[in-house]
Amino acid sequence: MATEVLTKPEKAAKEKKAAAPEIETKEAWRGFKPGLWQRDVNVRWFLQQNYTPYEGDDAFLAPATDRTKAIWKKLEDLFVEERKKSVLDVSLIPSSITAHAPGYIDKENEVIVGLQTDAPLKRAIMPNGGFRMVLTSLKTYGYEAPQSVVDAFTKYRKTHNDGVFDAYTADIRACRSSHILTGLPDAYGRGRIIGDYRRVALYGVARLIKEKEREKAALDREMSTESIIRDREELSEQIRALKELQEMAKNYGFDISGPARNAKEAVQWLYFAYLAAVKEQNGAAMSLGRVSTFLDIYFERDLKEGTLTESQAQEIIDDFVIKLRIVRFLRTPEYDELFAGDPTWVTESIAGMGDDGRPLVTKTSFRFLHTLYNLGPAPEPNLTIWYSPRLPDNFRKFAAKAAIDTSALQFESDSLMRGAWGDDGAIACCVSPMLMGKQMQFFGARANLAKCLLYAINAGRDEISGKQVGPKVEPIKGDYLEFDDVAARFEAMMEWLAGVYVNAMNVIHYMHDKYSYERIEMALHDYAPVRTMAFGIAGLSVIADSLSAIRYARVKVIRDETGLIVDYETEGDFAKFGNNDNRVDQLAAAVVSMFMTKLRKHPTYRNAIHTQSVLTITSNVVYGKSTGHTPDGRRKGEPFGPGANPMHGRDSHGIMASAASVSKIPYRDAADGISLTTTMVPEGLGRTSEDQVSNLVGVLDAFFGASGYHMNVNVLNRAMLLDAMEHPEKYPSLTIRVSGYAVNFVRLTRDQQMDVINRTFHGAS
Amino acid sequence: MKLEAMEPAAPPIGSPFDLRVSVSEKVDETDIRSAMDSGEWGFMHSFTTGSAVDGPGVRIVGWLSGCQFRCVFCHNPDTWKVTNGTPVRVSRAVEVVSQYRQGLRTMKGGLTISGGEPLLQYRFLSKLFPAVHERGIHTALETNGYLGARLTDADLSSIDLVMLGLKAIEPDLHRRLTGMDTEPVHEFARRLAARKHPVWIRFVIVPGWTDNMEEVERMAKFAASLGNVERVDVLPFHQMGRFKWEKLGMEYKMRDAQPPSRQTIDEALSRFRAAGLNAV
Repeated sequence: MATEVLTKPEKAAKEKKAAAPEIETKEAWRGFKPGLWQRDVNVRWFLQQNYTPYEGDDAFLAPATDRTKAIWKKLEDLFVEERKKSVLDVSLIPSSITAHAPGYIDKENEVIVGLQTDAPLKRAIMPNGGFRMVLTSLKTYGYEAPQSVVDAFTKYRKTHNDGVFDAYTADIRACRSSHILTGLPDAYGRGRIIGDYRRVALYGVARLIKEKEREKAALDREMSTESIIRDREELSEQIRALKELQEMAKNYGFDISGPARNAKEAVQWLYFAYLAAVKEQNGAAMSLGRVSTFLDIYFERDLKEGTLTESQAQEIIDDFVIKLRIVRFLRTPEYDELFAGDPTWVTESIAGMGDDGRPLVTKTSFRFLHTLYNLGPAPEPNLTIWYSPRLPDNFRKFAAKAAIDTSALQFESDSLMRGAWGDDGAIACCVSPMLMGKQMQFFGARANLAKCLLYAINAGRDEISGKQVGPKVEPIKGDYLEFDDVAARFEAMMEWLAGVYVNAMNVIHYMHDKYSYERIEMALHDYAPVRTMAFGIAGLSVIADSLSAIRYARVKVIRDETGLIVDYETEGDFAKFGNNDNRVDQLAAAVVSMFMTKLRKHPTYRNAIHTQSVLTITSNVVYGKSTGHTPDGRRKGEPFGPGANPMHGRDSHGIMASAASVSKIPYRDAADGISLTTTMVPEGLGRTSEDQVSNLVGVLDAFFGASGYHMNVNVLNRAMLLDAMEHPEKYPSLTIRVSGYAVNFVRLTRDQQMDVINRTFHGAS
Repeated sequence: MKLEAMEPAAPPIGSPFDLRVSVSEKVDETDIRSAMDSGEWGFMHSFTTGSAVDGPGVRIVGWLSGCQFRCVFCHNPDTWKVTNGTPVRVSRAVEVVSQYRQGLRTMKGGLTISGGEPLLQYRFLSKLFPAVHERGIHTALETNGYLGARLTDADLSSIDLVMLGLKAIEPDLHRRLTGMDTEPVHEFARRLAARKHPVWIRFVIVPGWTDNMEEVERMAKFAASLGNVERVDVLPFHQMGRFKWEKLGMEYKMRDAQPPSRQTIDEALSRFRAAGLNAV
């Protein structure tokens, strides 16, 4: 074949075109300090070298512009419609990164563009996770799937849900139907994976494709074992997804092959990457990462270059946050019961300390929190402060004030998480730290450990159905529970449950990788990220108090005609979890460590590292419904405490005692997170608003300065909640925190609302 | 029953808003008397680790049982009887408070002892406060001040802040409102002023009793004359204690009273501030 002969100008043009990306990159990176981040894809190095810590106060912040207010008003009207119908509209086109035409709220006036489908609040179907669920959801809301779609997913394309049930064991099925294992992501997207969306802004898609091609080519010299074959296929899918991302952006009129050149582009590029993820996947938690400090670098540059005003900067963030607030997924009613209020867990991790001792607080940290005022409180994005007493005073005060004013924030321990995972971690979902772009998790909901205790007491029989679900052993004889006997039986039952749980998780995540792989999210991770397998437990305070009752009081059992122990009579007093009493607190800590040890015994899919969380979302209500009477006095059907909370009203010694009890749960055996939801009455925080802010900062400093891990902060009145239950129309944006996320109170079910109202309100009568 | 048999393994539970009666009823009277004499034991109605409204910062508060005043508007009439409280050994109280020392410091808080009237158990206080104080924990006493003479200067040196609950200034009003005279209270206030001891005044606006501006002016003038008053807490009367009066079968003069209006509270605050006081 003859080589191409080019004229001089043609040659020059060709060379210029080849050099174009480099020139483009140089221009996009003007003013950034050079470093290894240019040679390698490493956002953290870029960030550490280029960000500007901010120690000042909130005086610089700008109010919402008229444009912002108009767009938000338009959406608020749509929200009212949406609440009436539960779901505003559904697109019957199976979703993918490029399946939908561009959509707008107000095309002329949006600053940041991009919707999941072609209209705001219009939800997409995502059959790869499970087609049965899609059909159920469509039916619930009055839609019918087109025949072509039905054919595609019943005849030609297998789904994750199909695969999982092909491989589940009888044990797993029995545990699911008896509700000792619930909420497993076998019928919905597993979520809890955070793509490093910042990479798209910093490097542009072309560079990222090149990197993935390089990673894939490097595997050519490896022998094709199962895992290498899977890796090669995954990398191919990732590359494909990156190309689709470029195409999606192009449809919106943007060329994102090169890096972002200014703040608006940085936000737009980053958002496009996130948008691609929520077009492709409907994971329970689709978290954003840790973007605010990264984006601030671009804002600072624009402000210095004089091309942006503060008002414009805030407007960009406001518009970005508006987009994050309208992420929607089509769900089944069973899902809504478990995860009430349409949560998406668009968790943004704000602030934190850097490993070099500088705070990672920037002006954009303030700008993000300011959206709670510019747009009003809302549960999403799930604003999460990586808190340390060493953060600048002004920021801590501003965050505390925002918590008091909106009850929309959660706080997590920077020192515990950074110590384990580094200063570029972000929270996936509620409490799970992930090192950005270098770590992913296999989400595993939670086991009903309180029911496990009852199974132990009943020699493996379910206390409600009487069925033999757990391993059959000699039943307890005698009328009184003996602590040593119950403890031994509980250990054995936990051993069995841990085995079934790991079993289920291995099946689920094998199939999810196979049938519903998170292509674009994983494209924004390094090849071979750290993988954790995130188990969970529910009912910790019920178990602790029950074991305490058995040990320190006298618990008499009440049997039915078949000999099943169905109720208890407890005589005498016993120490309760939440009062800083080691006699019972040690039991809680021991149960956590014990279950973790038993989980660790079993091999995991892809050798993922076992972790667990003590977190329940709103499933503390669901689990309570399917659990019988417990020895601590809790009645059948009553909710568990959320997460690691003491049972409602049993922490009677005040907030420090309550927090001290929870702090004893060892983080190393609950590395996926320990959730504490604290509700305080505003008057209980102090008699003036200055006192309230200063005292809340004090409480946070004390909690996170000791070994506290996480705190959802609600500052509300029980009377207001009761009023909101009766008159929801008066409180459309009343936001409260439940275990691990925030929700519009009026969107919870009545049971869930009562659960919140029955909780301990510190500082109230 | 012997006193030691009553000793709970954990501090008395909970909230001052709960009704508690006859907790120590069965304890031998001689034991109770010797406990009050020695100060080795205190009788406590309730306890919390997280109050932000009983002194500066977030605090541990112990409410002691027993009170000699009979305030018409009291929201804790179940604190009037000493035997409605749980006996707590002073060493145990010190131990529990010390556990929270680090947190209390971070939260710029400390220990507050209130009640009832804590000075009825002044020997317990003269053991408790020095021990807590020398562990670097801020101490506060909330008192009606009537028995202030029982505190020696040495006692006062381990109490960082005195929160003086001034019920009324006009002597006749005070007698009708509380059942007791003003003079010992005012003497104590003047003694604290002479020592330049940090004081907060706590004044309750009681509808029909202390909600008129003449009385507020007298209160403001008195507080301003002392010179050591760092803050005045103007507290509106509330009805959260009404059920206690009913449960105890006691005649509650405030049964149908409404809390004072926002206007009245603001007016009172402005009078205090006009007198140069930091009123909240």
